[in-house]
Amino acid sequence: MAEPTIRLNVTRYRPEKDRAPTTQAYVVPYREDWVVLDALNHIKDQMDGTLSYRWSCRMGVCGSCGMMVNGTPKLTCAAFLRDYYPQEIRVEPLVNFPIIRDLVIDMTDFMEKLKSVKPWIIRKEEKPVSEGEYLQTPAELEAFHQFTQCINCMLCYAACPVYGLEPKFLGPAAIALGYRYNMDSRDQGKDQREIIGNHDGIWDCTFVGECSVVCPKHVDPAAAIQRSKVDVTKNWFQSILMPWGQR
Amino acid sequence: MSAVRPDPSKLYHRKMPATWWLTNQSYFLFMLRELSSVFVAVFLVVYLCQIYQLSNGPDAYRAFTQKLSSPGWILFHLVALLFALYHSITWFQSSAVVLPLRIGERVIPRPIVTALHVVAWAIVSIIVLVLFLALKS
Repeated sequence: MAEPTIRLNVTRYRPEKDRAPTTQAYVVPYREDWVVLDALNHIKDQMDGTLSYRWSCRMGVCGSCGMMVNGTPKLTCAAFLRDYYPQEIRVEPLVNFPIIRDLVIDMTDFMEKLKSVKPWIIRKEEKPVSEGEYLQTPAELEAFHQFTQCINCMLCYAACPVYGLEPKFLGPAAIALGYRYNMDSRDQGKDQREIIGNHDGIWDCTFVGECSVVCPKHVDPAAAIQRSKVDVTKNWFQSILMPWGQR
Repeated sequence: MSAVRPDPSKLYHRKMPATWWLTNQSYFLFMLRELSSVFVAVFLVVYLCQIYQLSNGPDAYRAFTQKLSSPGWILFHLVALLFALYHSITWFQSSAVVLPLRIGERVIPRPIVTALHVVAWAIVSIIVLVLFLALKS
């Protein structure tokens, strides 16, 4: 009996010869335990070494292999062929990002946005190491723990129509990361992350909510953004009603 | 160490199609939610006009309400009611995301928070309806 196969329609873009992306079809063996990334690796190793894409850990940790699978942003290491078989699978680079080559997108904008929220603990005054660690209760850890789980896979940016329409938008992952530090009891740098409360920050978000749906780590950036809105509004009212009070 | 940036002239930028909101059910429902505010706003303007007619005397008010009883306006109010209900439910779903409830250390699941909101909303609506009927009779 012939080995079962599945057809992958993969986006190709070779800037040295293509003016626009095209689609190339590959028929690969169908294995029940294969994910889309396995199929791409099979193509790369056995059929067409010129195909370019990012991947690394193959276990949902590195966040490198995010692509559009049948129009939905997914980690290809977690997208099983069996969930699509016997239908064809369309594999495209993450939308809302420029394409460098084939399935590889340019993440420069994302990296700059991540940096802009100052994702590190800011202290007004650092205490010397000899005084020990900054202690935290389990409840204080719980307040932000979920938002530390981001693997920077950018699926949320591909799922966000606001980012697609308004590229200046800071975006789900960057805001969730900023919120993570704002909620950290050891941090004192909320006033240095004003970028989150700016127009291109949380106020651009119209709460489509798809960022949280596609997030493979259940970070829930939509919740971080909406809660930041409440937080910023509360601070604003406080500064108007009690200008003498500390933020 | 500085990052290696790709050559911008070789990047391919894709345009978002105008029909993006038809490509995914969540996007479509989001657009419906946004559209619902238009119907709610129009309903409120009509309602304000109706209240304003009270100051012009009973005849003006009656004439206005008679206009509203035309099939077109009834259809509009039915559609506006459906959108208002949809908007309210999505509002309560959003509230559960924005304001997580806790009992002690346990986080209450979002569907329960939404359900509590809906129950409170139903109770308030019944009270308003009872008051309205009591005042009318």
